Amino acid sequence: MSVLATVAQEAVTTVQEILPAADQKNIGAATGAGLAYGLAAIGPGIGIGYLVGQSVQAMARQPEAAGMVRTTMFLGIAFTEALALIGFVVFILLKFA
Amino acid sequence: MLGTLAALEFPSIDLIVEWPSFIGEGQWWGVNKIVVNNLLALLFTSLIFVVGSKTQLVSRGKMRNLAEVSVDFIDKSVIQQTIGHGGEKYLPFLTSIFFFVFFGNIFGIIPGWQMPANARMANPIFLGVLTLVFFVCAGLKAQGPKYFVNALFPPGVPKALYLLVTPIEFLSTFIVRPFSLAVRLFANLLAGHILLVTFGVLCITLATASVLVIVLPFSFFMLTAMTGFELMVAFLQAYVFAVLAAVYIGGAVHPEH
Repeated sequence: MSVLATVAQEAVTTVQEILPAADQKNIGAATGAGLAYGLAAIGPGIGIGYLVGQSVQAMARQPEAAGMVRTTMFLGIAFTEALALIGFVVFILLKFA
Repeated sequence: MLGTLAALEFPSIDLIVEWPSFIGEGQWWGVNKIVVNNLLALLFTSLIFVVGSKTQLVSRGKMRNLAEVSVDFIDKSVIQQTIGHGGEKYLPFLTSIFFFVFFGNIFGIIPGWQMPANARMANPIFLGVLTLVFFVCAGLKAQGPKYFVNALFPPGVPKALYLLVTPIEFLSTFIVRPFSLAVRLFANLLAGHILLVTFGVLCITLATASVLVIVLPFSFFMLTAMTGFELMVAFLQAYVFAVLAAVYIGGAVHPEH
């Protein structure tokens, strides 16, 4: 753990002292953008997987309710996917604006 | 090989905010692909329903049938599930929203044109604000001025908690709802468009490279699969927009106790 911290500290010091300012901004933007979408995709991934699993179970328990379960499943997927896509918008904003 | 890659001209990235116009670049009346998309979506939507209403019921013209099926779909799958009875007066608004968004999305798949109208932020944010205005007005009409009291201070909450609940309710109802509607539509369509463009450009690049042509069938397969996926996403995003608008209207008209 402390080796990782030392390496990270060295990298940040190098970036701050050696590289010109425009490059520093680009590196910061690219790192932030990548982290933004990567972290934003974790939660909705778990959420959508759990949601679809539960809806498959519900459809197996009571096949005549499959239509209503399917509709609610799509609604839930759209809700949780919106959160991941807000992260995607942050990525676009950081990288290209 | 890298020389052929560099020969491909990528469009500059700030085209994500504004697409270049066909005529009248930079002026308020300028026409670009998004404007043509919107006009065509408007034309097709009104065509279905205006021609469908003028055709005689007895002779069962095809446009009449299409219009009836569409209205029935919105009534059964969107309104009955969310607003319940008394929701039929919101049917025209929800049908128009659904079909306008659907036709706007579908243009992203038509080969040659391939520009979904909702892939730039102007359309979705306008539709989001329009839905906000609509459900606030529907709530005001159904409940009178008590609508704001009921929305911001939900009944059944102990009085001391209003200090915490009211700002959250205000933000959630008036700011986050239209914004999330707009961002959901915009980001889904933008991401799908970028995927399709990526695979398309990959196919073109691979077709001229020397050894990597072996990868071309897989890239083309992915392009086809992504187009099919985009078709589903186009319909689903239009349906989700309509359902969420109906849920907000239902919440404004019959508040849950």
